[in-house]
Amino acid sequence: MPEMTLIEAVRQAMDEELARDDRVFVTGEDVGRRGGVFRATLGLFEKYGPGRIIDSPLAELSIVGIGVGAALYGLRPICEIQFADFIHPAFNQIVNEAAKMYYRSNGEWLVPLVIRAPYGGGISGGLYHSQSVEAFFAHVPGLKVVIPSNPRDAKGLLKSAVRDPNPVVFFEPKKGYRLIKGEVPEGEYTVPIGPANVSRPGRDLSVFAYGMMHYYCLKAAGTLAGEGIDVEVVDLRTLYPVDKAAILESVRKTGKALVVYEDNLTMGYGAEVAAILADEAFTSLDAPVKRLAAPDVPAVPFSHPFQEWFMPNPDKIAAAMRELAAY
Amino acid sequence: MDQAEHLTLYQQMVVIRRLEEKSAELYQQGKIGGFLHLYIGQEATGVGAVAARSPHDNVITAYRDHGIAVACGMEPKVILAEMLGKVTGCCKGKGGSMHLADKRLNFWGGHAIVGAHIPLATGLALANKFRGEDSVTLCFFGDGATNIGYFHEGLNLAAVWDLPIVFICENNQYGMGTSIERASAVPEMRQKAEAYGMPSARVDGMELLAVHEAAAAAIAHARAGQGPYFLEALTYRYRGHSMGDPERYRKQEEVRRWQSDDPIGKFEAVLLKRGISPDDLNAIEAQAEATIADAVRFAEESPFPPPEELWRDVYAEPEAEPQPA
Repeated sequence: MPEMTLIEAVRQAMDEELARDDRVFVTGEDVGRRGGVFRATLGLFEKYGPGRIIDSPLAELSIVGIGVGAALYGLRPICEIQFADFIHPAFNQIVNEAAKMYYRSNGEWLVPLVIRAPYGGGISGGLYHSQSVEAFFAHVPGLKVVIPSNPRDAKGLLKSAVRDPNPVVFFEPKKGYRLIKGEVPEGEYTVPIGPANVSRPGRDLSVFAYGMMHYYCLKAAGTLAGEGIDVEVVDLRTLYPVDKAAILESVRKTGKALVVYEDNLTMGYGAEVAAILADEAFTSLDAPVKRLAAPDVPAVPFSHPFQEWFMPNPDKIAAAMRELAAY
Repeated sequence: MDQAEHLTLYQQMVVIRRLEEKSAELYQQGKIGGFLHLYIGQEATGVGAVAARSPHDNVITAYRDHGIAVACGMEPKVILAEMLGKVTGCCKGKGGSMHLADKRLNFWGGHAIVGAHIPLATGLALANKFRGEDSVTLCFFGDGATNIGYFHEGLNLAAVWDLPIVFICENNQYGMGTSIERASAVPEMRQKAEAYGMPSARVDGMELLAVHEAAAAAIAHARAGQGPYFLEALTYRYRGHSMGDPERYRKQEEVRRWQSDDPIGKFEAVLLKRGISPDDLNAIEAQAEATIADAVRFAEESPFPPPEELWRDVYAEPEAEPQPA
């Protein structure tokens, strides 16, 4: 199997879907001639032309708004929001229009739309180029929210997202775009939206994560293996709808749970995982459910030490794992 | 337009008026809940403009949508059933007054967030162009929507991408209770289209035939591949913004002045002058009354949705492929 970076996998997924289905098009800021700010669409403009790789103005609500309209009419738009931090002007179009259209029309109007956005910190992007915004959208029935953690999943999940008849918000860990490499199957495959993946089976405690934090969790779990602590790592992959069964199954086995995410701690994704476990796995728990997340400050501050304090990393995760294992 | 077509448009306006008068009654009786925004006074703009479309042209509008729904061919009984929240409504009761829609009529709905449907309309037009179809999208909105960002982004994109779309501003002089001179930096909404290099026209929205003619020209422009067009229709709503509006922001004499310019009365005069007999008009009136009476009966007798409908249509199954309209 060829090895590639996460961004290459994203690009290949779009390339293959553009080739497979002529209803698919890509729009966003600088996705065309420039090939995307992170080069996610590099070469696609030359291959598919300006009619299908459409440079938009700097106008996020319109990028999503025209995507919803074109999707209603049967096209398969892939809308790129250049940074997840910039998605907020389009919040209404995503939450009020895309997410509710199928419901309000009693199943008549499909919105087969993908909204791609790089998210997350650790690249010195500062306050407005580092945000994790998944919790806003994971709260909205009608949307699917997906965050891949590796090239294989990024490609397979993005292909599923393009084919899904529902609006999918697809956040990509931008720090991992080139850092995370992995094998990707040759030829056609998809990874289904919905199921989580036990990426590292273990006995002593369960760790739930997604995206960049999943990558760090695997590293930390590797460290702890050398200390005789056997960590199970679950890659949630699809944040909404939630794969409750996978969460419960893992904790029923290990009895301990840690949720790691780089969004602000409070009201973040970990709160829901903790609530599910409190509600449905109470008698299986041998320890309090723990969350390791970013502090509750308004944004990722710029300077390097600030960023280090803000972001969970393999060392912090390993420490949290040790503490929970010792409980 | 021949005489038969004139009579059809007259009939549509009368049906809208009777439908809305009846819905106001049902609202006051507590049978329609929530919010109800009446179109009374604006009938000529929606009916005149929609009459100029081909059936494959798209129509999309804001929350004051009853009149445009009728003009697009939606049956009054389906509209009233929806307003009453019944399972026989066009959205099986999930939408209510502001969200009437029927894809089969290429009527892409009423939309409740001011201006938010304008980028969607631009997307519909993009899809038509993408697929090489000659459909045009008619996007209706009020004067109030021209002050929000969606409007400006939508117009800019439509112009920069030369999309086949006609923006129809139903300028009824008030965004809820705020008059245009208190909300808009320019007095004519079409001035805003000029900023995007878009050709525009301003028409008397109380004159059915004038609206029809202007809309036909605008649609022809868009269909010929010349890009978007902006049509401003000057009109007036005789009722409040919604049923709960105390209307402290305007004088009754202003309302009366516009009522003397009633679009239905004016078109009636045109028809009589052109030799239609008063009996023919009375017959249309009687027929409209009967249609609405039937619609009320249908809506009232229809059941509410069953509880399981709450959970239906949250997600489409992956095998459901979207069908072009």
